Amino acid sequence: MLIGVTREPAGETRVAATPATVRQLIALGYDLVVEAGAGELSAFTDTSYKEAGATVGTADDAWGADVVLRVNGPTTEDVARPKDGAYLVSTLAPALNPELVDALAERDITVLAMDAVPRISRAQSLDVLSSMANIAGYRAVVEAAHEFGRFFTGQVTAAGKVPPAKVLVAGTGVAGLAAIGAASSLGAIVRATDPRPEVADQVKSLGGQYLPVVVEEQAQQSGDGYAKATSERYNEAAAKLYSDQAADVDIIITTALIPGRPAPRLITAADVASMKAGSVIVDMAAAQGGNVEDSVAGQKVVTDNGVTVLGYTDLAGRLPTQASQLYGTNLVNLLKLLTPGKDGQVVLDLDDAVQRGITVVRATGTGRGEKLWPPPPVQVSAAPAAAPAEQVQAPAKPQRKPLSAAGRVALVLTAIALLWLVIALAPAPIPQDFTVLTLAVVIGYYVIGKVHHALHTPLMSVTNAISGVIVVGALVQIGPGEHVIQVLAGIATLLASINVFGGFAVTRRMLAMFSKEN
Amino acid sequence: MSAASIATAAYLVAALLFILSLAGLSKHETARQGWTYGVVGMVVALAATVGLTVHDSPVRTTTVLIVVAAIGIGAVVGLWRARIVQMTGMPELIALLHSFVGLAAVLVGWASYIEVERNGLGGFTGSLLRIHHAEVFIGIFIGAVTFTGSVVANLKLSARIKSAPLVLPGKNLLNLLALLAFAVLTALFVIHPSSWAIIAVTAIALLFGWHLVASIGGGDMPVVVSMLNSYSGWAAAASGFLLNNDLLIVTGALVGSSGAYLSFIMCKAMNRSFLSVIAGGFGIEAPSGSDDGEQGEHRETSAEETADLLANASRVVITPGYGMAVAQAQHPVAELTRLLRDRGVDVRFAIHPVAGRLPGHMNVLLAEAKVPYDIVLEMDEINDELADTDVVLVIGANDTVNPAAAEDPTSPIAGMPVLRVWEAANVVVFKRSMASGYAGVQNPLFFRENTAMLFGDAKTRVDEIVGVLAAARAVPALV
Repeated sequence: MLIGVTREPAGETRVAATPATVRQLIALGYDLVVEAGAGELSAFTDTSYKEAGATVGTADDAWGADVVLRVNGPTTEDVARPKDGAYLVSTLAPALNPELVDALAERDITVLAMDAVPRISRAQSLDVLSSMANIAGYRAVVEAAHEFGRFFTGQVTAAGKVPPAKVLVAGTGVAGLAAIGAASSLGAIVRATDPRPEVADQVKSLGGQYLPVVVEEQAQQSGDGYAKATSERYNEAAAKLYSDQAADVDIIITTALIPGRPAPRLITAADVASMKAGSVIVDMAAAQGGNVEDSVAGQKVVTDNGVTVLGYTDLAGRLPTQASQLYGTNLVNLLKLLTPGKDGQVVLDLDDAVQRGITVVRATGTGRGEKLWPPPPVQVSAAPAAAPAEQVQAPAKPQRKPLSAAGRVALVLTAIALLWLVIALAPAPIPQDFTVLTLAVVIGYYVIGKVHHALHTPLMSVTNAISGVIVVGALVQIGPGEHVIQVLAGIATLLASINVFGGFAVTRRMLAMFSKEN
Repeated sequence: MSAASIATAAYLVAALLFILSLAGLSKHETARQGWTYGVVGMVVALAATVGLTVHDSPVRTTTVLIVVAAIGIGAVVGLWRARIVQMTGMPELIALLHSFVGLAAVLVGWASYIEVERNGLGGFTGSLLRIHHAEVFIGIFIGAVTFTGSVVANLKLSARIKSAPLVLPGKNLLNLLALLAFAVLTALFVIHPSSWAIIAVTAIALLFGWHLVASIGGGDMPVVVSMLNSYSGWAAAASGFLLNNDLLIVTGALVGSSGAYLSFIMCKAMNRSFLSVIAGGFGIEAPSGSDDGEQGEHRETSAEETADLLANASRVVITPGYGMAVAQAQHPVAELTRLLRDRGVDVRFAIHPVAGRLPGHMNVLLAEAKVPYDIVLEMDEINDELADTDVVLVIGANDTVNPAAAEDPTSPIAGMPVLRVWEAANVVVFKRSMASGYAGVQNPLFFRENTAMLFGDAKTRVDEIVGVLAAARAVPALV
């Protein structure tokens, strides 16, 4: 089948395929046509697409393909462009654009929304929201650093001491974690808040400090992997935390989003007013109404007290090359899922939760599509499973109680007494032999006690060679001259000799290899 | 000074030298001295015995001929095998060598029985004769068990038979019956010595040894090899009782107890019950297999990406397993280590106590590839540092890095200490396919977010990474 990659509308810097992902798609059996200039803003030239094996064509060539890959959803005019029976893959925000979904359902095409991937671990490799949030989180820190008039890291220089910047990250989803990592690697002191206390370790692992909101009740676990809306009392405690922090930190990055709802208001105008002049706020939720009262979507606002509030909504697009590469890879992973035969034929399996989740409209062949939005809920979240696992606690094996010290002494003394009894009753030469045996066992145990782990194999191979000492026994038997015995003992001598010589030789080879670094 | 007293004195010297040898082999610094002591001890023992045998023999020429031929052929075969064995094939060879000791012990037992029969009791009378008979029996039994057990271990290790544990119905009962039969036969034999009893006990012991090791899974082979080492020592000690030879008793007991202790250390490392392993999987239940199937999506990576990851890391830990041995990847791994260390990357190795199929197997392979042993660390030495590591390369290891052991109380390997590689920032797992490991347990590590899978032959893959890194270094930096 033919895959078309179209140019994106003005203002979009990303593109749905890069030369690298083109090669991967060709490997899946597809042919590709890329609209001329599609990768221009992401620094991918038409030539590089050609080198990767795609053809470069007009807009109609790309739109007329069997599968159309895009970053942004189609405009109302574009809805008519794909041919009947085609697949259209892009981000769509179907929940926010019901009219567009209805318009698409008028067409006999299949529409897959990349931003509707269910949040289950199996689908992570095609989760556009995660891959874009990662980039956006990084870029948010870069934007903040750009507006911020100071270093992030603390320094002691000849020209004086520089304090480190303090950064507060609100919400530790993918974007928040990316921001924490980027800010702490620039050297800032990073703090983070999130209603889910279990993220504390993740925050710490990236170099941040987790600030819990202290209330009695916990945030509710949500089944779909997103944080849920929080309760009244929690909100009061959180508001106080944000007010306290706002007065202290230099930079705030907010990432709180609840799907299908306006963004929660975290930072009030009063909080912003309490911040130092020169401070920067990046509101990553500005497009959904903003976490910050003063933010304006897509705009940079400077408040009266000199605080810069960035409401950019295209943060991922500000790293177009990277964003295109990750988005392109998400698409490749989707097509891997859709191309089980690796033969360039799309097979949509609506019984698969992932494929069902992203299918907004399905082609029917009757001239109209079938609207499949919204999909049934997918309940697969990793976090809640942890709790029951602990309760299972494996049917407690009846633990044997360790012997008490007295019991141990009694046991040892009994064993020794038994040994004494046996030896005392046995006729010669058993007692002498047992004496030798017993002492040798003890020596063997202590000699080996502190063996270095790495030497286990040479040690075993040397003890193996030494156990070939049984050759002594066989040799003794050869002497008297009885033929049958001589044959048996001769064979035994031969076998034991193999052991002796082989064992020592192989040990020597091994020991010769152990060398210390000079 | 008679020939006998010279030999006795020589035996004492040899026994002391063997003790020094084992003590020496416990440390790297003295390991080679230990080897020398062992060789000298063996030379002393052999020389004294050959001297004594020839001196006392009524048929000197034949005796000399047999001795020279047997030792000569044995030496040639032994040295030849030791020279050509691949370091990865070491476990098989050692298992095979154990079987020779076992077989030799059986032959010595038989010869001793025939001797007593032919030579009119050879000076043994009354209770002494009965004790001798019992000793013959015990010697043959231990020897035969060691023999077939080692042969099965050898076959399993060289993959000529399936390594999955054999589960016969009522296998514990079978083992008990074999022991019971042995006890009954011993009693019968002591009262009425006869050839059929000795043949019967040999057959029973051979079957028993075979069943004992066949019912132990391949994952426990390190313990089995070490346990057979111990058995071969006890077989020698039993022969010593039989022949009333102190050197055999001392040496056998040394080998037997040190082997048993070594097995015990290993069982602790695997959280297995020592008794159930030495008793041939006694009481071990077959894994329930509840956790089969994939547990999510794994992420694949390429050699180039891995090379990049490594080049930008500052701390790298490599955890090799049996897969590295199979793929013969130790040399490329060593080359990779050198390249990374030249770039200033801190590279270390983390070795699980039961990695590979022989205790210390990985150490031997890495030593062969000239990896300095001071960067090769044990599990306990490095486990707490894994969290600060940038990249962990898991090369052909599976069960020893399975988080289920630490986190899932229902897992068949629950409680086994494992390398906590999942705490590192990035984990790259080299693996042929998504198949599960020796224990047959699915590994959730492969589905973690910080884990990437690099499929294919470990040697080829590591070679590719080395290629990428070497090429990157060949281009001089402009700055």
